[in-house]
Amino acid sequence: MSFLNLSHLEKSFGANRVVKDFNLAVEKGEFISLLGPSGCGKTTVLRMVAGFEVPTSGGIVIDGQDVTGLKANQRNIGMMFQAYALFPNLTVAENVAFGLKVKGVAKDRRDARVAEMLRLIGLPEMGGRYPFQLSGGQQQRVALARALAPSPRVLLLDEPLSALDAKVRVSLRNEIREIQRELGITTIFVTHDQEEALSMSDRVVVMNGGIAEQVGAPFEVYNRPATRFVATFVGTLNIFDGKVTGPETAEVAGVPVRLAEPVAVAQGARLSLALRPEAVHLGRKEGAEVVLPAVIQGVEFLGSIIRVRAEVAGSVVALDTFNRSDAPPPAIGTQAEVSLSGRDLIVLQD
Amino acid sequence: MMRLVAWGTLVLGCLYFLLPLLGMTEFSLKMRRGEYSLDAYRVVFADPRFWETFGYSLALSAATIVVGVVLVVPTAYWVRLRLPQARPFVEFVTLLPLVIPAIVIVFGYIRLYNTSSFLPLTGSAFGTDILLTMGYATLALPYMYRSVDTGLRTIDVGVLTEAAQSLGAGWFTILARIILPNVMVAVLSGAFLTLAIVMGEFTMAALLNRPAFGPYMQLLGANRAYEPPALAVIAFAITWGCMGLMQLVTRFAKHERAKA
Repeated sequence: MSFLNLSHLEKSFGANRVVKDFNLAVEKGEFISLLGPSGCGKTTVLRMVAGFEVPTSGGIVIDGQDVTGLKANQRNIGMMFQAYALFPNLTVAENVAFGLKVKGVAKDRRDARVAEMLRLIGLPEMGGRYPFQLSGGQQQRVALARALAPSPRVLLLDEPLSALDAKVRVSLRNEIREIQRELGITTIFVTHDQEEALSMSDRVVVMNGGIAEQVGAPFEVYNRPATRFVATFVGTLNIFDGKVTGPETAEVAGVPVRLAEPVAVAQGARLSLALRPEAVHLGRKEGAEVVLPAVIQGVEFLGSIIRVRAEVAGSVVALDTFNRSDAPPPAIGTQAEVSLSGRDLIVLQD
Repeated sequence: MMRLVAWGTLVLGCLYFLLPLLGMTEFSLKMRRGEYSLDAYRVVFADPRFWETFGYSLALSAATIVVGVVLVVPTAYWVRLRLPQARPFVEFVTLLPLVIPAIVIVFGYIRLYNTSSFLPLTGSAFGTDILLTMGYATLALPYMYRSVDTGLRTIDVGVLTEAAQSLGAGWFTILARIILPNVMVAVLSGAFLTLAIVMGEFTMAALLNRPAFGPYMQLLGANRAYEPPALAVIAFAITWGCMGLMQLVTRFAKHERAKA
């Protein structure tokens, strides 16, 4: 049995079913991200695990203990909030010590644990400061230390990086992941940022309309999306209309291609095929099955990557190329060719 | 031109408030014929009834503040956290003491809690003191509730509560260690307003026949010439002292600086 089990979780607010038959098994020490657009129910799932919402039906089991009926303060679960939620009247050290004090831990052990936690987050000298004297990133680090200090069974992160600027967000997400690995604490992370979810997680749960559309490793979710929603929500996608010509073959823009996997669709049927921008190559690539003429419509310079938008067979296609100092990006309006292979095509299923 | 008009209005407003105060203060210093003196104040301070009534009202102020805080902080907190839809109703209830005269409230109390009632509070001095404290708490309710509610508005009550809960805290710990300290300045301003109200209250104390400062001021005012304005100046000093204390507390509350 897994360390954390969510089985058939349902949550309704009046007539509105926010979470529908949600199932998830999390192993001890695993880092799971709940990824999805606003209103998809990811935060509600997290809040049910935390004990802030009572499930309409279903159960939550942590380490063999059914906690569904337990109050939030009886679950021994640490939580980080988007708005930091540090207690403004307490110093950093007092904030970190709060959970230990509530538990009745002796002062000397408490002080030692606070010092250990502040070292862990890299703020050993900040114990005497008040939250308002810290930057956003420092406050969120303190919030992490506070959540970890009482040694919770599970750590819940409710979009903790959303309020931070881009640079701090990247460095803090690496720190959070390192600390999580070091402590081996089972963690559920809620985010709507796919980059965060893909870069931090052991597994990602992509949610839509209250259900888990796909649960899988980031590589799997990105490269083999289970549904059309997952394919379109995670990453950028070019969608082509195709026609099935055989069990493993299709036709894209009139050109036959061999698909990576067989499709369970009748011959002659139309289907949607998708391609990631990095799977479309600018120019004629050796071994490519399809080479199509294109007109460059837009160029976005993103540093290490250049994203090009080109009109191909009547639709606009996005493609990524690596930036090279000796190869300037193509000019808008230029005639070019793009090449692609059938094995990179993702068959979209509804 | 506009600036001149604004300044003129401000000066007129200040004169409207300050001139009567100056006149009263000047009159309180004229007890000795032909020269200014503090005789009226000396007489007031030498009167043992002043200290008795002052001490009594001060004690009841403290009790009223405690009752007010115990009643209002959890109520305002709960309304903000779990019952936002009940807020207009609660606000209406807390405003009632402003529209229902104190004399109506106290007669209601006397009818309900007289010696032949189910709870004969007026049957003993201590019981009457309890009744008076409850009456004062009712009179101070609009001010205390608004102060605390304004204080609660400056913090994210929901998130702080959930953060404390996730760390194992129960409701009492959350209220006592997180919510109350974070609205302490608001609670103190409500407390000082309560103090000012209780120190000057006459109707309830007089009708319940308790030796409070309000009836003493009235008694003195009815029988003496120079001491009443001296007493009024003292009462103003207490009120202004309270307002000064509010400012001081706000300045010295370290974590409040972030909100400023």
